[in-house]
Amino acid sequence: MLRESVRRFATDVVGPKVREMDENEMMDPAVIQGLFEQGLMGIETSADHGGAESSFTSAIIAIEELAKVDPSVSVLCDVHNTLVNTVVRKYGSKEQKDKWLPLLSETQLGSFCLSESASGSDAFALQTRAVPSADGSHYTLNGSKMWITNSWEAEFFLVFASVDLAKGYKGITCFIVPKELGVQVAKKEEKLGIRASSTCTLSFDDVKVPAENVLGGVGKGYKIAIEILNEGRIGIAAQMLGLAQGAFDKVIPYTFERKQFGQPIGTFQGMQHQMAKAAIDIEAARLLTYNAARRKEEGLDFTKEAAMAKYYASQVAMSVSGSAIEWAGGVGFTRETGIEKYWRDSKIGAIYEGTSNIQLQTIAKFIQKQYS
Amino acid sequence: MRPSPRRLLNILVPVKRAVDYSVKIRVNPAQTGVDTNVKHSMNPFDEIAVEESIRIRERSLSSSPSSPSSPSSSPVTITALTIGPPKALDVLRTALAVGADSGVHIAIGEKEAMPEPLAVAKSIKAWIEKQNEKAGGKEGRVDCVILGKQAIDDDSGVTGQMLAGLLGWSQATFASKVEVDEASGEVTVTREIDGGGMQVRCRLPVVITTDLRLNEPRYASLPNIMKAKKKPVEKLTPADLGVDFTPQLEVVRVTEPPKRVGGGKVESVEELVAKLKEAGITAA
Repeated sequence: MLRESVRRFATDVVGPKVREMDENEMMDPAVIQGLFEQGLMGIETSADHGGAESSFTSAIIAIEELAKVDPSVSVLCDVHNTLVNTVVRKYGSKEQKDKWLPLLSETQLGSFCLSESASGSDAFALQTRAVPSADGSHYTLNGSKMWITNSWEAEFFLVFASVDLAKGYKGITCFIVPKELGVQVAKKEEKLGIRASSTCTLSFDDVKVPAENVLGGVGKGYKIAIEILNEGRIGIAAQMLGLAQGAFDKVIPYTFERKQFGQPIGTFQGMQHQMAKAAIDIEAARLLTYNAARRKEEGLDFTKEAAMAKYYASQVAMSVSGSAIEWAGGVGFTRETGIEKYWRDSKIGAIYEGTSNIQLQTIAKFIQKQYS
Repeated sequence: MRPSPRRLLNILVPVKRAVDYSVKIRVNPAQTGVDTNVKHSMNPFDEIAVEESIRIRERSLSSSPSSPSSPSSSPVTITALTIGPPKALDVLRTALAVGADSGVHIAIGEKEAMPEPLAVAKSIKAWIEKQNEKAGGKEGRVDCVILGKQAIDDDSGVTGQMLAGLLGWSQATFASKVEVDEASGEVTVTREIDGGGMQVRCRLPVVITTDLRLNEPRYASLPNIMKAKKKPVEKLTPADLGVDFTPQLEVVRVTEPPKRVGGGKVESVEELVAKLKEAGITAA
């Protein structure tokens, strides 16, 4: 039922705006508002905090369904739910949860700020400093964050900064930084794909953050980030899965309408074999994703499975969307039909929330541990 | 002592699990009907009916600021009812998720044929009579039934009218606007007719069937879908209501419409008239 409801919302409300948002590189505020109204911005949050009190798998399904229509909208929902909301829910104090979760469920878009220009895969080499005040009442943040999703529209920022660079990763702390404290958008990136999803460089210039905004404890930022990115990986896998399915669903009906040499091109054996292989790949990606989600919900170890799901789903997204363009021929190459958009959107899958090489490294570590 | 909430309307919304509008309909091999092994969802006209009942509730709440805001004590109660196999429960849950307070599932077997319009109307009548008997006096009596004008799979378009006839209630069909006058207990409905719109004023109780332009149904939001799981659903069988679902009609044959043959182009009006005369399609 949830899947059906999100599918309808995605098709009716988001669908007509996809091309415009992509061409303008701007998310339509009505779409964001629609997501809030549908309860899709507090999927796992409890009802007393204004959420839908649903499961992680429900979030995964919602992200997948949104991605079938627009991967940009899907990633907005994914980051907000699986990174921002979950961090506040898991590591926030009662006061912090009571204060922020309702806002996050109902009106405020959130951003997760970890990466910097000199620290991507090497995330914990971050340089943003949070200097504690003499009386301990606040921290002064200085530095800049790069590649931050949702940051153009967000009002709530989770910022990872170090209270003492000499302590290495043990100094990294997670701060709640509402925009009005002085978060500045320095640059909005112009991208190949997921163009409607805002990706910006943020600068923090002597931003004073009250001590009560430290989330999870001073020096606990490393642990928070590591744990949350594991879950986030399944979210991205779901986005890439939806993307692949969306591209597939869009092009296949066309192949049965387009006739050449007296028959629909979808009936040529060459095409049919390609279509079948693509369908297998999507199904495999789906099972990897759902299995990782299941393991997480059951409290089992899921790091390896999440890495596998994210890696594989992003690969499948690229190959299926690429094939979709070829199956549609010239028409697939024009922007009008929206097929090429899936291919452009898919490339980021191999890069963000852990590059493909990082995922392979993670999986290899498990193999080494198990066999040697 | 708090005054008891002013009772306005007890609305019943029958909804049907029908073939989804986006499905490409195919005639079944036996030529007795359409292939039903396809996607199903709530009949679109019934979605409009559910939406209208919720809007009636919202309008009554907004016009009386002293009313308590919690839906359980709202003056408008909405019950969704469906007749169908176990899967029909999904459609009922959708109605609950969009805002109905409780549901009724008249269950038939997985393989059984869906009841004909007369049997549907009789079932709804039987349920209403049971409900009214339970209610005794005024509180709890059903005083309004809102349903779709037709189901998009069989397009019968008669259930609402038959129901009104069996119950002896007023009927206002093909509604494009519904206004409830709380003070007088009257409902004014604008009906879509070939010539335009026709306004009828009905005294309660009333049967209303919805037409396309009545409203645009809302989406079920995720929190409401979760809340819907806890709303009560009454389960009954046709036998409980004393209704016989044996078909009275036999479908002889169902076929697809003949394939369209290409037309021809004409050069002038005279040629057009000549061709029409040839085909015998003129008055002269």
